[in-house]
Amino acid sequence: MIKISNMSKYYGDYPAVLDISFSIEKGETVGLLGPNGAGKSTTMKVMTGYTPPTNGKVSVGGYDIVDKSLEARRQIGYLPENVPLYLDMTVKEYLNFMASIRGMKKGISKRTDEVIGITGLETYRDVIIGKLSKGYRQRTGIAQSIIHKPKILIMDEPTIGIDPVQVVETRKLIQSLGGEHTLILSSHILPEVTTICKRVLVIHDGKIVADDTPNNLSKRLQSTQVCEVSIKEKDGVNFIKLLRNESYVVDVRSKFDNNSEYKSYIIETSSSDGVEESIAKLIVDNGIGLHKLNSLPLTLEEIFLQLTSE
Amino acid sequence: MINIYTIFKKELLGYIKSPMAYIVAASFFTVTGFFFIASVSDAFSEASIRGFLAGAVFFLIFLSPALTMRLIAEEQKLGTMELLMTSPLKEHEIVVGKFLASFSIVLFMLAGTLFYPIILFIFGVPDFGPIFTGYLGLVLYSCSTLSIGIFASSLSSNQLVSLVVGSGILTLLTFIDFVSERVPGILGTILNELQLGGSFSVFDTSSFGIAEKGHFADFARGIISVYDIVFYLSISIIFLLSTILILETRRWK
Repeated sequence: MIKISNMSKYYGDYPAVLDISFSIEKGETVGLLGPNGAGKSTTMKVMTGYTPPTNGKVSVGGYDIVDKSLEARRQIGYLPENVPLYLDMTVKEYLNFMASIRGMKKGISKRTDEVIGITGLETYRDVIIGKLSKGYRQRTGIAQSIIHKPKILIMDEPTIGIDPVQVVETRKLIQSLGGEHTLILSSHILPEVTTICKRVLVIHDGKIVADDTPNNLSKRLQSTQVCEVSIKEKDGVNFIKLLRNESYVVDVRSKFDNNSEYKSYIIETSSSDGVEESIAKLIVDNGIGLHKLNSLPLTLEEIFLQLTSE
Repeated sequence: MINIYTIFKKELLGYIKSPMAYIVAASFFTVTGFFFIASVSDAFSEASIRGFLAGAVFFLIFLSPALTMRLIAEEQKLGTMELLMTSPLKEHEIVVGKFLASFSIVLFMLAGTLFYPIILFIFGVPDFGPIFTGYLGLVLYSCSTLSIGIFASSLSSNQLVSLVVGSGILTLLTFIDFVSERVPGILGTILNELQLGGSFSVFDTSSFGIAEKGHFADFARGIISVYDIVFYLSISIIFLLSTILILETRRWK
């Protein structure tokens, strides 16, 4: 459905995306994961025909995005990052307008009602968009992206800036859309991508650093585990000595803590199975006063550090 | 064609919903009404719409950009330009649709002023020719001023900047005969040809708002000059094409 080969995009002298290649098959749900400024939005802007690539070829639904731009754009439903809406239109007027400019000719008003139903906007059908809350504006944005039944759905950070309850609802909505469309969404939130997408492309500094299923990706990353242990302050020296003798320990850092009674340590380990158990055993066997022990999930920064240092 | 119509319809609805079109229309009726009354209320004044034409030509310099300033600047500001540019629309369809919407508002305003000639026909014996050519001239003249306004709107995402730039270009093209008179040779002639038709001597009865040697003068006198028609259409086309070009280049940035 989408084929990108050796694509680069420069803004002036600054390369936002550098020589990336990938292809997306029909029916795939793909997540573009990366920190802010990694090149996710730029990649999407090129795929949607908003801006042409500086170098390389991009084809969407078999049409080149530069040479056959109109045909390529016909295949796409796009939700830009800041959810652009005409604030003085009602939801219905907006969707009708978007359907017409996306090339729908017949059955627009029927399809608008259908999409309003899918996105749960029934109550707000005739409300001016300017008066809607952020979450409902987001839904209106999603509604316009699917109104013309596009083959390819591209969403740029669809859950950014809305409250947690609506994030969950929006994710469910997007998940349900994945079945009928080829779906590409970008995010800087790992769990979001892993719940919705069957394939993850990790972008960092304008390059693709990983292209895998969420499972494989987390397996690859879970080869190390980080634990946080909080113990009685007086046992600190002894504890570090004991840890040094354990084979699975890679690094121990003490964490700055205001609490004088307990001291916290961040322990990086090289294996993922049963690390907490081993540490707990070590503590109990040596009579150290344990306060707290928990394993820390990898943060996005750490994932990128791992992927980019490989 | 259908895309132009979709954009046109959207913008026309936008005008109906927003206060700007009403404000512009009200100002237009007020000032042209004043100039019309002023020109026909003397004891021996002639039954012509020349006063109205002068007021209209002069104030369209400011009212046209006020009407068009929103058209493209707002799309840039709201980010909705991204939606238009990723839809299967061509740039010229966007620009022409928007132009036609603003043009139809001006046509509506001009239609509202038709009661000036009606009054003349009731109370006097006006010459029909200059009235017809006057309106034809205004239609063509407003094409140019609106095109320049849309061009200004495409330059910025700030509507106020668009308004000032638009009025600025129109003022410059109105003011240019002051300069061209003082420039010798061929350059002076060329500059003089660019004169848009209005005149800043609004309160001087001899040339009353319409430049004597400008492109509007013949229309006010009742003469249809192909040369002037071509001039106004060319200005419109040049500025609309420039707007399309600006939208196209913005993609490549």
